[in-house]
Amino acid sequence: MNKSATIEAIQEEIANEFEFFDEWDEKYGYIIELGKKLPPLPEESKIESNIIKGCQSQVWMTSTYTDGKVYYRADSDAIIVKGLISLLIRVLSEHSPSEIVSGDLFFLDKIGMMQHLSQTRSNGLASMVKQMKLHALAYKAKSL
Amino acid sequence: METSDKNTIINSKSMAIDIEKIRKEFPILHQQVNGKPLVYFDNAATTQKPQVVIDSLVKYYATINSNVHRGIHTLSEKATAEYESSREAVKTFINASAREEIIFTKGTTESINLVAATWGRQNIKKGDILVLSAMEHHSNMVPWQMLAQEKEAVVRYIPINDKGELILEALDKLFLGNIKLVAVNHVSNTLGTINPVKEIAKKAKKVGAVVVVDGAQAAGHLDLDVQDLQVDFYAFSGHKMYAPTGIGVLYGKKELLESMPPYQGGGEMISEVSYDTCSFNELPYKFEAGTPNIADAIVLKTAIQFINSVGKKVIREQESKVFKRALEQIQTIEGLKLIGTASEKVGVLSFVIEGIHHQDLGILLDQEGIAVRTGHHCTQPLMSKFGIAGTTRASFALYNTEEETDILVRGIKKAIKMLK
Repeated sequence: MNKSATIEAIQEEIANEFEFFDEWDEKYGYIIELGKKLPPLPEESKIESNIIKGCQSQVWMTSTYTDGKVYYRADSDAIIVKGLISLLIRVLSEHSPSEIVSGDLFFLDKIGMMQHLSQTRSNGLASMVKQMKLHALAYKAKSL
Repeated sequence: METSDKNTIINSKSMAIDIEKIRKEFPILHQQVNGKPLVYFDNAATTQKPQVVIDSLVKYYATINSNVHRGIHTLSEKATAEYESSREAVKTFINASAREEIIFTKGTTESINLVAATWGRQNIKKGDILVLSAMEHHSNMVPWQMLAQEKEAVVRYIPINDKGELILEALDKLFLGNIKLVAVNHVSNTLGTINPVKEIAKKAKKVGAVVVVDGAQAAGHLDLDVQDLQVDFYAFSGHKMYAPTGIGVLYGKKELLESMPPYQGGGEMISEVSYDTCSFNELPYKFEAGTPNIADAIVLKTAIQFINSVGKKVIREQESKVFKRALEQIQTIEGLKLIGTASEKVGVLSFVIEGIHHQDLGILLDQEGIAVRTGHHCTQPLMSKFGIAGTTRASFALYNTEEETDILVRGIKKAIKMLK
């Protein structure tokens, strides 16, 4: 899959998709579906060094760097977090390290999911965003 | 109810609670959360505050705010009188034998840390044994583990059975050796189990151990009598019994408190200071360094008066009615397993559902306006004992209704449908 859309454009696209949902259960139902569809990380990747610990649920994240682009994979033991991870991957994966590092994440706010990012103690999402950017920064430094 | 007196919340004829009247006392309950009427089932974390408590806090700042004990002026005298009157109210509330035995703290955690840092550091030596229960909150576990690490003491745990009850038969064996301390909770925050503190204290006394009780989850529900329980220290928090956050109590037996070094140094706790030395103030001020949390300490008395006006018996009856209804209904949910099924319990319903992460359930219930607690509830060792990462917990207070448990059960069923 080759991505031509910018980080900003993908976020606008997601925000538009969420506008179709009138009720909270449709919105969360969709996120749950995304969570179920996200391919699980192989067990061998679910190791301590890939873990982003939250107080209630955890997130595992790995990345690879090919042809100037960063590819992310991630998983969680909680399904709603996993659905949100799926969206984060859709937004940030397959972009250059520079784009990722400077990318402004606004879509979670637009789709009314910001509270899950700020609950830093209960899930690893906020730390995951930070980790995604840190990985990109490391690839950027390496490729200089 | 038409038969109830206008000024009471108890129906005088039937002694039944007028729940609508009670609920009117709690302004926070009458709001929508995520577009739904709030169902507040996170009472073991903190209870909501009645209007009298809120008013009392405002009244303090609006009329008598000033620093206590040192002032010569009228306001300071008034604030001091109210502050000390609250200490009296706490003394009566738990039936302590003297007001000097009541120390105001930030809350249960600080109360326990105070004992660990003063009595503990003074008395625990290498090889001494500290006995805790396997269902302690981290706040009655970590301070003792830290002390044990520092002093090279040994920590033992009273085991629990599958229902979440302490196995008292194990005590005789556990209490062999140089037992210095026994620390247990009166009521488990995760399981709701009411522990037989009196029986444990009696056995502990026989081996000469000091008994520390974490009463955070008991204070708002059970009748408290520290003399009858024969415990040495009893800790609890105001905010779990309708009072503000940031105020708590440490009860300690006078002779023990007198023998202990101060916890923190500063103003209020000294009697005389020179450049070379200082001498410490008398009880209870020795343990209240600095300007205390005057406002919340004073309001704690209002919360106690509120509890007394309803009566602990009535509170327990209402909570137990709600708990029973919830229990009946929740057990019909497929794949649901209750964690903590002790025969003596307060209104705490902790459960797991097969194939569903507690965090997902908590998020979806929140969308329905239902506030529950999810996670390990600061009892990680207990969670591993049950082989789980966390539970969903609904905990009840006197203003909860049976109808609210119906909303909870409907919410759980809907969430399961969405998540499965």
